[in-house]
Amino acid sequence: MGTPADRSEIRIKHKAWVRAAHWTVTLSFFALVFTGVEILMVHPRLYWGEVGNDLTPALFELPISRNYKHGGYDNPVSFRAEAGSPVSASRTYDIFNQNGWGRSLHFLAAWLLVVTGLAYLITGLITGHFKHYIWPKLKEFTPAAFWRDFKDHLKMRIAPPAGGPQYGLLQKFTYMLVTFFALPVAVMTGFTMSPAITAAYPFLLAIFGGAQSARTIHFFASVALELFLLMHLLMIILSGFKQQIRYMTFGK
Amino acid sequence: MKRKKLVTRRTAIITGLSTLGAFLLPGCSHSSPPTYGNILRMGDWLTYNAQRTLLPEQSMAKEYNYRDISSFPATGTINPADNLFGDSSEEYAQLQRGAFADWRLTIEGRVARPGTYSMSQIQSFPSRTQITRHTCEEGWTAIGQWTGVPLASILEHAGIYPSARFVNFYSYDGWEDSIDMLDAFHPQTILAYGMNGRDLSIPHGAPLRLRVEKQIGYKSMKYLQRIVVTDEFIDIGDSGWSWYVGI
Repeated sequence: MGTPADRSEIRIKHKAWVRAAHWTVTLSFFALVFTGVEILMVHPRLYWGEVGNDLTPALFELPISRNYKHGGYDNPVSFRAEAGSPVSASRTYDIFNQNGWGRSLHFLAAWLLVVTGLAYLITGLITGHFKHYIWPKLKEFTPAAFWRDFKDHLKMRIAPPAGGPQYGLLQKFTYMLVTFFALPVAVMTGFTMSPAITAAYPFLLAIFGGAQSARTIHFFASVALELFLLMHLLMIILSGFKQQIRYMTFGK
Repeated sequence: MKRKKLVTRRTAIITGLSTLGAFLLPGCSHSSPPTYGNILRMGDWLTYNAQRTLLPEQSMAKEYNYRDISSFPATGTINPADNLFGDSSEEYAQLQRGAFADWRLTIEGRVARPGTYSMSQIQSFPSRTQITRHTCEEGWTAIGQWTGVPLASILEHAGIYPSARFVNFYSYDGWEDSIDMLDAFHPQTILAYGMNGRDLSIPHGAPLRLRVEKQIGYKSMKYLQRIVVTDEFIDIGDSGWSWYVGI
């Protein structure tokens, strides 16, 4: 038995399944972001509702790829005689499109994320990992404690790596948001863009307000996760990059 | 001791992965396209088989109201007679000059009565009209009203054999693609000759196009010329695009 001061003896290490899930999700996340940007470049316009295309107004358009705000359509033809009728127009522009590999790689990586994510969630529940390390204890959950941890972060008072899942309050809260909110929303909105899945489960379209709303929410969920990744990396660098990577890879 | 244990685990993982790899290489089954040893096509294969296994078989794609009909871009080939992105078809140009009066749809392969159908023959079948959402792989969507004959009616009329597994489509703009029997006999899978209450226009696939509502837009082929029913998957090589796109 070591003395309480002997940290290496009492330290709780990252479990092997946590480490495996962490790096598998990291790999799939990088593939998803890379192909996600490629897919967005093909049609860099985002909408709300069920419908959105080059002939309908966008919420906003991102200045990425040569498809940004291109003309490339011949004269619109009305479907009906009345004013304000929906129109058809033919595209004469050869667009940027690498979706052949982009989409397939996106879905392959999504399989990896979903399978690993489910295994992680089930193991985390069964082993009590979430209860012990991720969900903040009720007594921790006070505005004063949040404020203290927040101020410590602002002052860059970053604790040295604990070498295991003994997380700070904001850290727990962030991991909780990522695991139980942002990633599930990203997956569910992904499903909502699928014609076969929404035919089987039409409630998905109702929850997210339509296929294009789901696409827009999917985009914002990915932005949130990318911001998390940047913050996560920053915290790791500030608290000791080499040590942290070693703890998460080898457990010691 | 520790070292030995690590190697054992790694061996287990490697063995597990190679088993999974073998599982993902259904090279000879002809139940879906070959994966060509390409990891992306293996992922497509996984999605196809998982969706066919996990999703209820004949659920219907959402249908919309008349007022939901939206503007609808025509993309890809917009006229096979004057093809901006590939070879032009003189045959289609001639049919177009004759207002498609001489157009015929050929059905052959594993059917008892192969032959051709004129537009008036196709229109003599009970029609189906549906207002559905077209989901393009590019990311956009549009809602349109389609009128046509269920593909199942034509296949049954031609006397499709019970052994048939795939329906292959050939178009005037040089496309060829296929769907499985589950999609072919889906009630919303139709050969459409009308769009939004009018004859199908040339940019949208005149005179006849396919609608496969539970897959991405590129499976709904335009400018249909010929249908071939087969028992086995016809391998036209890796197009670089997923054959199954229910996702």
